[in-house]
Amino acid sequence: MAVNKRTGEVMAHQSPAKRKRSSAASRSSGNEARRSTRIANPNHAPPIPELEINVKLVEKLLIGFIENVVTKTGFSRVVIGLSGGVDSALCAYLAKKALGRENVTGIIMPYRLSNPESVQHGRLIVKKTRIRSMTVNISEMVDAYFEKVPDIDNMRKGNKMARERMTILYDQSAALNALVLGTSNKSELLLGYGTLYGDMAHALNPLGDLYKTQVWQMATHMGVPEEIVGKAASADLVVGQTDEDDLGFKYADVDVLLYHLVDLRCSMEELVEKGFDPTFIDRVDRLVRLNQYKRRLPVIAKVSARTIDRDFRYARDWGI
Amino acid sequence: MKLKLGIAQINPTLGNLDQNVEIFRKTVKEATDNGTELLVFPELGLTGYFLKDMVPTVAQRLDSRLVREIRRASKKLSLVVGMVEESPEHFFYNSVLYIEMGDILHVHRKVYLPTYGIFDEERYLSRGTQVRAFGTRFGRMAMLVCEDAWHPSTVYLASQAGSQILLIPASSPGRGVQKGAKLQISETWESMVRVYATLFMQFCVFVNRVGYEDGINFWGGSEVVNPSGKRILKGPYLDEALIETTLDLEEVRRARVASPILGDEDMNLTIQELLYQRGLRENGQPVEGNGGQ
Repeated sequence: MAVNKRTGEVMAHQSPAKRKRSSAASRSSGNEARRSTRIANPNHAPPIPELEINVKLVEKLLIGFIENVVTKTGFSRVVIGLSGGVDSALCAYLAKKALGRENVTGIIMPYRLSNPESVQHGRLIVKKTRIRSMTVNISEMVDAYFEKVPDIDNMRKGNKMARERMTILYDQSAALNALVLGTSNKSELLLGYGTLYGDMAHALNPLGDLYKTQVWQMATHMGVPEEIVGKAASADLVVGQTDEDDLGFKYADVDVLLYHLVDLRCSMEELVEKGFDPTFIDRVDRLVRLNQYKRRLPVIAKVSARTIDRDFRYARDWGI
Repeated sequence: MKLKLGIAQINPTLGNLDQNVEIFRKTVKEATDNGTELLVFPELGLTGYFLKDMVPTVAQRLDSRLVREIRRASKKLSLVVGMVEESPEHFFYNSVLYIEMGDILHVHRKVYLPTYGIFDEERYLSRGTQVRAFGTRFGRMAMLVCEDAWHPSTVYLASQAGSQILLIPASSPGRGVQKGAKLQISETWESMVRVYATLFMQFCVFVNRVGYEDGINFWGGSEVVNPSGKRILKGPYLDEALIETTLDLEEVRRARVASPILGDEDMNLTIQELLYQRGLRENGQPVEGNGGQ
């Protein structure tokens, strides 16, 4: 859908085909709408028992992961874009446990139209975790560009903002000798609900194999404040935006479908038999397929005998 | 006969032989100081697991300087080490070596190379072609590497070859975090190890590594189950550890006296029926009882 049901504003969304060319719906470490966001899923119960995770075990795995990736590359610090949302909040809690609060810097990057609640929630995370933090307002930088391209639509604006934030995170990572810790979850990555080289650019990602409804479980377990876990997820790139409005379905529904589609490898026939709406299946399946390019390196034209990523194959952890 | 066994639940570095040799030396020293008589390392403990194009770079000939060093170390305690073995023909194997008193007593080349899901072994490695048991100063043993044990035929073959202690070095990636006490993969492995110990009335020694490679964790949880199916040693999940226990080979006898099932095993029946089934398959005939599909 092109129009936000609540605000009437044009949303950062295009058809899947257009998405592919222009790198899609914007989802960044955003900062958000002017008014208070509603409670989306107050209890955060897993939508089906199969999506309920062993939170203690996952905590141990993810803390071990962050510690391992950061230290084996010779670093000790990370920077995280703190959007005020649950994904980056959870990442801050995990990174603090893995590396110690002095080694984690949360960067709050509001735009002038961002929801003030986003900054408040970012600051709340900093206060609760006592990690280091800084605030960089991106309004001047992105507005300077927006003035030069008066025809720019909300989707392009959102992507530009997400990429502006990326350049700040990478610059600060160089200044602090830190790695950029990304916060994309499995639902977003599969659906392509992220900005390529924006919020999708990072060195390590602890949440990329957890669906959004599992992020909520983890965040509750780690003690992320309920006002952050309970609010409607939003990229906050456009006033009043929410993920579920942009996407046109609820995470609780799409996570169940993705679990059957991806984890259980169900066929279309099986999914219909299980009661999923064929239009919904088709839409989600298309999103997953059309956004595959975002999850891979750029395609390289092979001309030599040994080509990067085709027959030059090494782990990222090559000899480290 | 009693045997003081040590399990090195280590965290090797991917493709960094020097660093892994350091881990090996340090662990051997610690185990030696503890009076360990047999120390078992995990699958590819000297090289790391997701090697891909590094396979030829880290591979060792059995006469290499590194293998000579390990043979020297084995004069103090018997060792099982996992590495990429390069054959004289320059074929590469995922091998475990049993080394005792300076000699390589046995090499098991992994026979089942998983090439599905996160695994890609057969792209880079050649298959082993044998499952054999071998005599040691402690008794008769056999070795299987990780995926081998997911094919019960390998355990059967080891048992028929006289195995009293089955060693299973592994690099098992952790996965499956649904609500429950532990990783789903741990549940499966623990069931298998218990069944293999109980049914074949042997000690089962599962040696799994820990650490992360490209975000994939290895879950540890190494263990020993005795021939009566009782777990007598358990390592921590996900953390490095050197764990030790004593195996009393008398327990193999006790279990086999109590249930003389192994002695009743009809190897000829197995061979006859497998040959029959193979004949059917070679003739393109359906397997009987399969509804003609």
